[in-house]
Amino acid sequence: MKQYFTFFRIRFAASLQYRAAAWAGVATQFAWGSMLISLYAAFYRANPADFPMEFSALSSYIWLQQAFLALYSSWFFDRDTLDSITQGTIAYDLCRPVSLYWMWFWKDTATRIARAALRCMPILIFSAFLPAPYGLSLPADGVSFLLFLLTMILALWMANAFTLLIYILCFYTMSPMGLRTLSTTAIEFLSGALIPLPFLPDGFRQFCELLPFASMQNLPFRIYSGDLAGYEAVFFIFLQLFWILCFTLLEQLLLKRALKKVVVQGG
Amino acid sequence: MKLYLKYFSIHLRSAMEYKSSFFMTVLGQFLMSFTGFLSVWFLMDRFHEVEGFTFSEILLCYSVVLLGSSIAECFFRGFDRFPQMIGNGEFDRILTRPRNEIFQVLASKMEFTRIGRFLQALLVICYAIPTSGVIWNAENILTLIFMILGAFGVFSALYILYACFSFFTIEGLEFMNIFTNGGQEFGQYPFSVYGKWILRFFTFVVPLALCQYYPLLALLGREGSVFYRILPLCSLLFFLPVLIFWKFGVKHYKSTGS
Repeated sequence: MKQYFTFFRIRFAASLQYRAAAWAGVATQFAWGSMLISLYAAFYRANPADFPMEFSALSSYIWLQQAFLALYSSWFFDRDTLDSITQGTIAYDLCRPVSLYWMWFWKDTATRIARAALRCMPILIFSAFLPAPYGLSLPADGVSFLLFLLTMILALWMANAFTLLIYILCFYTMSPMGLRTLSTTAIEFLSGALIPLPFLPDGFRQFCELLPFASMQNLPFRIYSGDLAGYEAVFFIFLQLFWILCFTLLEQLLLKRALKKVVVQGG
Repeated sequence: MKLYLKYFSIHLRSAMEYKSSFFMTVLGQFLMSFTGFLSVWFLMDRFHEVEGFTFSEILLCYSVVLLGSSIAECFFRGFDRFPQMIGNGEFDRILTRPRNEIFQVLASKMEFTRIGRFLQALLVICYAIPTSGVIWNAENILTLIFMILGAFGVFSALYILYACFSFFTIEGLEFMNIFTNGGQEFGQYPFSVYGKWILRFFTFVVPLALCQYYPLLALLGREGSVFYRILPLCSLLFFLPVLIFWKFGVKHYKSTGS
């Protein structure tokens, strides 16, 4: 366990170095969030009866999404890891007395958390001071907040599981480009990053909510504002756990198979 | 121009060397902008109208912006990797050659995979043109062409502006994404949707609204004045400050030394 903590610490410290980039990110995210909220406000004015969630819940969703963008970003892939697979330096990693899977897992977790930690506070604070329906409101209640924290962590795990799946599939395809584009596109749309899932048409929406993609940002951000609560929330948390378990087991299996026949060319 | 065509054919041939990778990326580009289309569709399907615009009217605006930006992305991609050009000293080499710098950066890279996005925009505009209820007389067709030209111009200028900043910061600026990616993403809807302050910003600072909101009103017959129809051409004036800034940047350019 100790060695994984070290991977985490080193990567975390390295990622904290990019502070100027983080400020630019904060400005971008803040502008982006404001534009999105103005857009949804226009839709709300056009037809308030068809708005699928409380407007304040939507605002909270968008601000949380902007603040924690780096935590669940679908386009984050560790270049070094991908290169190590396609170029063969993976041989060094295989010599280490650690599990490849958990080493990748903790490195990626560290980068994601460090990036989000640098960016989230200014956005959360700014948006909390915006006027009522447009800003970040307080969590619905204490239970919601606790469930929110729990699902935040699980969602991060899920997002990581997707990234690791691409790393592992890379053993089989040897070229990450196509896989990356496909997974980013699918995740962006199906996890509620592009438009929150409640805005999808009925039927399609219920289907999407059951997919593993919905176990990422969709869940914590909707629990926070009370859009998902009670038995419904509990059901989706169990679904989230189920998907994490499936992904982790499947990936371990795939990785084991890949490593059995991995060929590292010399040089 | 002859030289540019020469570069063009070189880039095209080099892209065709990796055919399967090329088509994968084109498909990826298509799917990526397709999800953008889906989200517009789903939202409009739910709410029916926004700020008095219907679905096919929004699609007209959406496709104009997507057409303009995908052509700009294809040809002005060189400016996107300009920070690296400064970083690795490639720009120093450019400065020693007896040709215009903008031309050389322009010709240094072309991103033909954007055809995926372009095709999608073309499909959408083919749907939007007959269904939007616009009477397609010569005047309106010309306005539509102006709109696409204007959008292409504004996005191109934005790419150059993005490159200009890296004269001073060496690194790329994430901040500029609000205008480039954001312009593409939010330009899907007429800017009046976002409220008057944002409309003003995109009218007077980054004149993207001149290519979509105002001429769209003219197309739909909500504004009679000819002035609204030629506004997209006025947006090309945006090149002026950008080019001045570029000259200023080149003048103050210090090599990174590598």
